[in-house]
Amino acid sequence: MKSEEIKLIDSNGKRLDGRGPLDLRKIKIEAGVLHRADGSCYLEWGGNKILVAVYGPREAIPKHIQDQVKALVNARYNMASFSVEDRKRPGPDRRSREISKVISEALERVILTEQFPRTTIDVNIEVLDAEAGTRCAGLTAAGVALADAGIPMTDIPVACAAGKIDGQVVLDLGKEEDNYGDADLPVAIAPRTDEIILLQMDGHLTIEEFDKALDLAIKGCHIISKLQRKALLDRYQSLIEGGDIE
Amino acid sequence: MTIIPSIKRDYLCRLAEQGKRIDGRKFDEYRKIEIKPNIISKAEGSALVKIGNTQVLTGIKMDVGEPYPDSPETGVLTTGAELVPLASPDFEAGPPQEDAIELARVVDRGVRESEVIELEKLCIEPGEKVWIIFVDIHVLDYDGNLFDAASLASLAALFTTKVPAKRFDLGEDFPLPLREPPVSCTSVKFNNVVVADPCLDEEEIAEARLTVATDKNGDIRAMQKGLSGSFTKDEIKKVIKASINNGKEIRKILYKSIGK
Amino acid sequence: MVVLPSQLLGDIRNNKAGRGTFIEKGKIYSERLGILSKKMGYINVVPLKGRYNPVEGDSVIGIIIETSSSSWLVDINAPYPALLHVNEVPWSIEFGDTEKYLNYGDSIMAKILMVDESKRIQLTLNDRNLHKIVGGHIIDVEPSKVPRIIGKKGSMISLLKKYTRCRIFVGQNGRIWVDGDEKGIEKVVKVVNMIENEAVSYGLTRKIESLLKKDAKDVR
Repeated sequence: MKSEEIKLIDSNGKRLDGRGPLDLRKIKIEAGVLHRADGSCYLEWGGNKILVAVYGPREAIPKHIQDQVKALVNARYNMASFSVEDRKRPGPDRRSREISKVISEALERVILTEQFPRTTIDVNIEVLDAEAGTRCAGLTAAGVALADAGIPMTDIPVACAAGKIDGQVVLDLGKEEDNYGDADLPVAIAPRTDEIILLQMDGHLTIEEFDKALDLAIKGCHIISKLQRKALLDRYQSLIEGGDIE
Repeated sequence: MTIIPSIKRDYLCRLAEQGKRIDGRKFDEYRKIEIKPNIISKAEGSALVKIGNTQVLTGIKMDVGEPYPDSPETGVLTTGAELVPLASPDFEAGPPQEDAIELARVVDRGVRESEVIELEKLCIEPGEKVWIIFVDIHVLDYDGNLFDAASLASLAALFTTKVPAKRFDLGEDFPLPLREPPVSCTSVKFNNVVVADPCLDEEEIAEARLTVATDKNGDIRAMQKGLSGSFTKDEIKKVIKASINNGKEIRKILYKSIGK
Repeated sequence: MVVLPSQLLGDIRNNKAGRGTFIEKGKIYSERLGILSKKMGYINVVPLKGRYNPVEGDSVIGIIIETSSSSWLVDINAPYPALLHVNEVPWSIEFGDTEKYLNYGDSIMAKILMVDESKRIQLTLNDRNLHKIVGGHIIDVEPSKVPRIIGKKGSMISLLKKYTRCRIFVGQNGRIWVDGDEKGIEKVVKVVNMIENEAVSYGLTRKIESLLKKDAKDVR
């Protein structure tokens, strides 16, 4: 492992991958990429490659897990064993269970679950290639896949992290920044209202730094939200050109 | 569970009696095959294979570990498959089910018994340290014929694999030493017809399945019969013949994709 | 126009919030991916994708997934299976004899009798043209594409029937039953797939007709 002294921001204010402090990594989003799923999304974010499939709403089985008044939102975050430097054992571990839980809860906030009592909406998030920020990338892709599945929602959720490296607050931590930085603050919002639906933090921030980082993460969310909407429109706009359906 | 309406079953059978298939293919014809090699940067090798709507991704990871006591001078091959719930409404989360295990073992056998990997060249210190190869099969979209998609993805991934010697302070990285690969072709039987590369509809009504891996010379290198139905000797011969022919074409696609 | 969840569509002072929308602080928003449609002061979002949403009176094609002594459970491509009670079939069935009439995997043309508040769905076969389906083939499409496949006042379906001489029944739940000779069925499958994936809906009927005409030499 490298020493503490690694420089994450050079004298020109550039980060290791050439970004400025307020720049996002490159993001590419595609909606409706899988045949079997009810809705799907493929997303590349820096070196992350994420595939999400949504199934449902469908009757929850076994019956005793059913909620009589609303749908269950069941996100399942899974890392492919080859997605990380040291091979990961297949199957869920404590980390992936926790991420699945916080993502499920965030998604539940925007999905109109009361329209589908006794069902589940299953959101399968597969991390195929991982490079810092997979939970934000996964949640962002899940938002697109849910919309693609025709799930009724009050908003398309979106996530982005801010953090602190070399004493400076920056947007969207990359790989080394995540490993050697001072703090990481992943945030998910409902972009129409700016409600915060996921928030985690590890590291060390002053109150002032936190305020700055939160504002920055929300700004990042809004940029990515536009990319989500564009991906959905690109997929479906062309299908209805020149006339209405009814 | 996905239900197959009896009407669909009858329709597929009626078409078959007239020599037709539901998607317009001939009995021995494959769907379009696409191979995208080297798409996962964290893996030592990888490939995405599409056969029609079916998509399978294989990633290769390598590590250094102990050899098996009975083969102290050869590398170790481990193959796993995950039928993740992403790929089908019928796949469930949790430990690998029988289907996933059979899939992994058939792919493993196709690679191992045909000695595609020169495992004897993957010894670092006899009896102490050898290279371990993890072949992990990730099914992304299930529309039939996982066997062929998984074995093709795994072969293509192996051909893109660089042994990460540098990361383990064992000198320079080098390409995984490989021999000529066999290619697997699967057929299924229903209502007394045999069709190659079954789509999901056909697989769901299939009575018997046969996978045949053939090499460049047209010799047979691995076989697996599945499901509770049976084949006649003649049907088996037909499947082998079709597998050799299709295998030739698929081998061309494989070589082209990896620039060989 | 394609709209997305949370897209602002109007104000409740000037519009009424219709299907596929929700109201927050006096504003009307889309709740889903769909197509904007304004009719009689209502703002609606017609879904582009998603499961079939059962509505009373809809004709649907169902598949039997379970039989019990006095009813059947039927898959209708909705989030929930629907119930078909023995009182709602045209046969008089002795208790426990349900399997003699409809069995696992059988298909039926049925009508949605009732959807209650907790989304429990009941079907009936007690109406004209409702029965067990035998023979033919079932094509699956997105339920949202059903109006397009039927066409204005049934124009598209009439065309298909005329040129393929097939019997066709379109379930509102995205299942289409076709029966006729194999060539005819194949043609219907081809055209339905085309309609489902075609970009242009304007003039589609004419386009499909010329296509059907081209290879139909023996239309009566």
